[in-house]
Amino acid sequence: MSEALVVEGLHKSFGQTEVLRGIDLAVAEHEVVCLIGASGSGKSTLLRCINLLEPIDAGRIVVGGEEVTTNGVDVNRVRRGIGIVFQSFNLFPHMTVLRNVTLGPRKALGIPGARAEREAIELLDRFGLADKRDEYPDRLSGGQQQRAAIVRALAMKPDLMLLDEVTSALDPELVAEVLEVIRELAEGGMTMVIATHEMSFARDIANRVYFLDGGVILEQGDPEQIFSAPREERTRQFLQRIIDAGRL
Amino acid sequence: MTSTVAFVAIVVTLVVTSAGWPEVKAAFFNGEIFRSSFGEIASAFLINVKIFCIAEAIVLFTALGVAVLRGLTGPVFFPLRLLSVVYVDFFRGIPTVLLIYLLGFGVPALQLSGVPTSELFWGTTALVLVYTAYVSEVYRAGIESVHPSQNAAARSLGLTHAQALRHVVVPQAVRRVIPPLLNDFIGLQKDTALVGVLGVVEAFKQTQIDQASTFNFTPGVVAAVLFLLITIPLTRLTDYLIARERKRRQAAGVTV
Repeated sequence: MSEALVVEGLHKSFGQTEVLRGIDLAVAEHEVVCLIGASGSGKSTLLRCINLLEPIDAGRIVVGGEEVTTNGVDVNRVRRGIGIVFQSFNLFPHMTVLRNVTLGPRKALGIPGARAEREAIELLDRFGLADKRDEYPDRLSGGQQQRAAIVRALAMKPDLMLLDEVTSALDPELVAEVLEVIRELAEGGMTMVIATHEMSFARDIANRVYFLDGGVILEQGDPEQIFSAPREERTRQFLQRIIDAGRL
Repeated sequence: MTSTVAFVAIVVTLVVTSAGWPEVKAAFFNGEIFRSSFGEIASAFLINVKIFCIAEAIVLFTALGVAVLRGLTGPVFFPLRLLSVVYVDFFRGIPTVLLIYLLGFGVPALQLSGVPTSELFWGTTALVLVYTAYVSEVYRAGIESVHPSQNAAARSLGLTHAQALRHVVVPQAVRRVIPPLLNDFIGLQKDTALVGVLGVVEAFKQTQIDQASTFNFTPGVVAAVLFLLITIPLTRLTDYLIARERKRRQAAGVTV
């Protein structure tokens, strides 16, 4: 299997605060990787760096065999191949669901409107949003909005999907429908990097789990090993807190 | 409601029973002069309407341009950002009437070939320059009020900076700033009277001519009524839009 994503020695600071302090990560094609760790451990920043939404300070990122952190790389072209879904959905509130989904294909890929709409409607159908396509986002439930945001990212036919705590802003009863969509993507062979607080989901879906702590990857491995026999004390403490909170 | 009526009644009583009222009434509210001067002033007012229609149509676009330049990031665009800042500082800081004088009398005096010499043209240009500065600040506030995550979402789809602005940020910004934008346009509509200083016979200039011939201020009241006929409906529309925007935001649970 070839590598869909390689991150080497990634450093990122915001002002004086060093958020990522040397991250190494490799994701094979069709692999599902989960990033776990406390809030502020750098999971979101790592995903934003991979999508080139944040400039990095040191290190390199290789997507599909191409280094994307060298000068002169067309960031827009790179981003078209990487879908990202945000915690707060970030749908465009002034557009219908259908327009949200077709905007990227029409404007960034130059796909004619009719074809973009046909493909968008197929995707919306597949994810149970067919009847919502002419609604504005604020008329949708949180779960529907997040599914629409996932469809918007998928419409670009990305080779890699980055999911940034996509269920954290949802009411508990809406989490399952979104996780179901992600599960379906995983079964379809989508390469994904998922930052999540849903530990049982991570345990269930991930091929590999990375534990981030203070801007470094403290531990990584098979989900069974990480969740049942973590090697690092910090990982044990983190998981204990999750268990105490009744979330695992 | 009752208190309002009582208050108005008291004020009106005070005014009409005051010692000077008969003279003021004759000087400002002469029914005959009102009727006789109305036609001329109304047709002069069409010049004001023409000025603000043209100026507003232009300002809508130029102001957005200035605001977008101001929002460009990166060192490459520093000169354009600076230009935008200097532009706004200058044209917002200078009294409108002075700029109208400077352009209206100064530019034609240069006797450059191919440059228009019409006072109407230069008066309107001055208004466009000043109100572009004001309205660009309104747009800028609107653009900055759109959460950065919207831009991030647009860019993450591979849209360019310009495409993200065009399709995602600016449409949301414009919707939010329509009320303050209309507010500035009300100001612009009133300021069209300043073009009269160049000798353009618009409504205000016409009232001055009429006043000089009748020795009566009633023509000024005519002009005031005409301006109010235009600005009050726009003010009401602005209030309505503000109220609707607030309701819409509350319904959407947005707490900004």
